[in-house]
Amino acid sequence: MTATVLGQQKIARPNALRGAGKAAAIDTAVPALLVEGVTKRFVVGRKRKPVVAISNVSLRLERGDIVGILGANGSGKSTLIRLVSGLLTLDSGRVSVFGFDIERDELEVKRLINRVSVDAAFFKKLSPMENLLFAARLYGLDVAGAKREAVAILGRLGIGEKRVGRPIEQMSRGMQQKVAIARALLTSPALLLLDEPTTGLDPRSKLDVQTFIEELRETHDASIVLTTHDLDEAERLCDSITVLAGGRTVVEDTPAGLIAAEARRMGRPATLHDVFMTHTGRSLDDDVEEGEADDIE
Amino acid sequence: MTTFAHELKASYAFMERNFFLTRRYWGWEIAFLVYSVAGALSISLIGADQGSPRLLLLLMVGAIFWNYLSVVFSWIAETISVERWEGTLEYTMMAPIRRWSQLLGSVLYAMLYGLIHTAVILVVLILFFPQLDFTGANPLTVVAFMLLGSFSFVGIGMIAAILPLLYVERGAQMTFVLQSCLLLVSGVYYSIDILPGWMQVLSHLSPATYVLDGVRKGLIDGAPVTALLGDVWPLVVMGAVLIPFGLWAFGRAERYAKRTGKLKRVG
Repeated sequence: MTATVLGQQKIARPNALRGAGKAAAIDTAVPALLVEGVTKRFVVGRKRKPVVAISNVSLRLERGDIVGILGANGSGKSTLIRLVSGLLTLDSGRVSVFGFDIERDELEVKRLINRVSVDAAFFKKLSPMENLLFAARLYGLDVAGAKREAVAILGRLGIGEKRVGRPIEQMSRGMQQKVAIARALLTSPALLLLDEPTTGLDPRSKLDVQTFIEELRETHDASIVLTTHDLDEAERLCDSITVLAGGRTVVEDTPAGLIAAEARRMGRPATLHDVFMTHTGRSLDDDVEEGEADDIE
Repeated sequence: MTTFAHELKASYAFMERNFFLTRRYWGWEIAFLVYSVAGALSISLIGADQGSPRLLLLLMVGAIFWNYLSVVFSWIAETISVERWEGTLEYTMMAPIRRWSQLLGSVLYAMLYGLIHTAVILVVLILFFPQLDFTGANPLTVVAFMLLGSFSFVGIGMIAAILPLLYVERGAQMTFVLQSCLLLVSGVYYSIDILPGWMQVLSHLSPATYVLDGVRKGLIDGAPVTALLGDVWPLVVMGAVLIPFGLWAFGRAERYAKRTGKLKRVG
């Protein structure tokens, strides 16, 4: 499938990126993320054929937009996120972030992106503040400013100042996930990769995170890639949606466009769940029951 | 901020984080110190039992300075395995820093930690064996060989750190194999002269052999560094070769891990 322009170009938002160098490095005329014909295979055994995790996938994300990646477990969502993150090498194709090639301009791309994954990965014995300061130093941020910013972000996410000094292992999973989001935001990423950020959270925490994502794109000029199993979340947050199945893009459009097309096909009102069923051949509920993770992702 | 300053700041981040971890695991640190002191004492007491002050010193130096080298080695070798265990490896690999700055931070903290740890053990052993006479010792020689040896062990540690990258589940344990082989051939508790010929060849390839020889001659015989150039130049060469090689090999291993998907947390 060739690259398709998805969603509409947003009106330019105030640039809230702190690092002057970082802001200057971004060419606003180019898409935030351009994935062109990317393929990734994994060798799973000497005598077995390689597993194709991602096959000729293309994607275009305009600055300030949110693109949702939907798909069953094993469809390649997380692999795609890892490829964009530079955590996996490409077998073929090309990925660029604000015009920077992820292989040739590795460090420039790393300065522009951050990621929140389904499992909040931290040094659990350390406090949120210690973990966040570590991240701040790695991204070259001013430590005093980062401390203030960390307290502000955590406060906005419902984590009070008195909690920031205690070990993360004493926090609930929802709280840990909020700290993970704070860590990503602290570095003011121009491209934020959210890999199932609300999976496993209680309804209140999920709502907090979703609301924060909405605020984030309004105030931080961030472009976001969101993978999720929550179709309501995708419909609420995303400007466009790409559905993956077996590592391939099977359909892509705006949420409204996908639902309208499905309604025309079915001859009755449709939902995003119907769209998912039609294009992946399975219910997302069935898929979630199989397990949160899978071998390929 | 210049690129170099940014990289140094990143190195400091790893030092600071490792310090935070040490502080948070203070109970384990005390237990490890007691274990190290007990181990060094047990081995040294073999010399006391033989009634030979020289044997006592030989064993004591072996026990203490092997402890230093293995502590430095372990911290560096565990750079990857600890992050894999905690699940932070992918985040660290995504940070906009060069790999050398990560390894430099780990190395500097390892050396600092090792020096403090070893100093405590040394003090305890000196207090335990008040009859030992160190008036003729040359402390400059001891420090010089510890630093020279550290550089070589840094290179070996970097190579060992690759194992958890390549072998997701048992890579950390495989570093112990490397460590025990070094212990066997480096003359830590005995002269390498008693080893079979083929093992003596391996002894000459281990930096620990030269470190221990230099430290013993400095501490027991009071020899100056200038009199021990035969031990100095192999350490300089090994450091100069092993550190760049370790960095290169680590880069290759990282590329392999990214190609095969082995950066992902397992377990």
